[in-house]
Amino acid sequence: MRPVAISVDKPEESRDLMRKAGYSFTFLSDPNAEVIRRYDILHKGAGERGQDVARPAELLVDRGGVVRWRNLTEDLRVRARPEAMLAAAKALP
Amino acid sequence: MNDRRFNWPLWTGLVLSVVAVFSYAFFFYRFPITRDVPWVSYILLAAAIALLIAGVRRAPGRKIVAIIVAVIGVGLAALFVFSVTVGSRVPTGANVPAVGAKAPDFTLLDASGKPVALAQLLAEPGAKGVLLVFYRGYW
Repeated sequence: MRPVAISVDKPEESRDLMRKAGYSFTFLSDPNAEVIRRYDILHKGAGERGQDVARPAELLVDRGGVVRWRNLTEDLRVRARPEAMLAAAKALP
Repeated sequence: MNDRRFNWPLWTGLVLSVVAVFSYAFFFYRFPITRDVPWVSYILLAAAIALLIAGVRRAPGRKIVAIIVAVIGVGLAALFVFSVTVGSRVPTGANVPAVGAKAPDFTLLDASGKPVALAQLLAEPGAKGVLLVFYRGYW
């Protein structure tokens, strides 16, 4: 299972984050929040400068493009636990 | 009785309310068990409020300083409760693709500026799936 991080950050900001945090997985940039909006993940005006950003959300998509598991927190402070994500990934065919 | 003695419940209460808020932001926030439901912080704040009330009752005369200190402490507690409840709420996301639904395909630029499609990631040899992690961004 491959993690893919998506945010409104520009590619160069993601590159910065990857370098600083030592991440090597894929980061995708959605600066105009088009995909984020299509997935209904938009959190209007919640960015630091009042810009629209993605709310935290995790979706596990199988090879056929079907959502197999998702986690939508109701609270910014409460995030998906790694164990839950790994268990969901293990259940993939 | 010496009315000028140090009002320790009042000042301990104020210090404790500050400690409760900062210990959450800098320490308890790191651990899901004390973050998701900030119970340690709630206990500390409840103790702080009890001390502040005791401090106000104990204060001599017109109590104006004690009341101001207590209001600051209780205000901090209220601000904390607000920010971990109403303040951190996110939209409901009623139309997020549900389990069993097709995830809409998309193409976005990766960190090196190269376009990447979801379909392309899913079609990679050996791929079992992709975990899309939407996050707020690095600001």
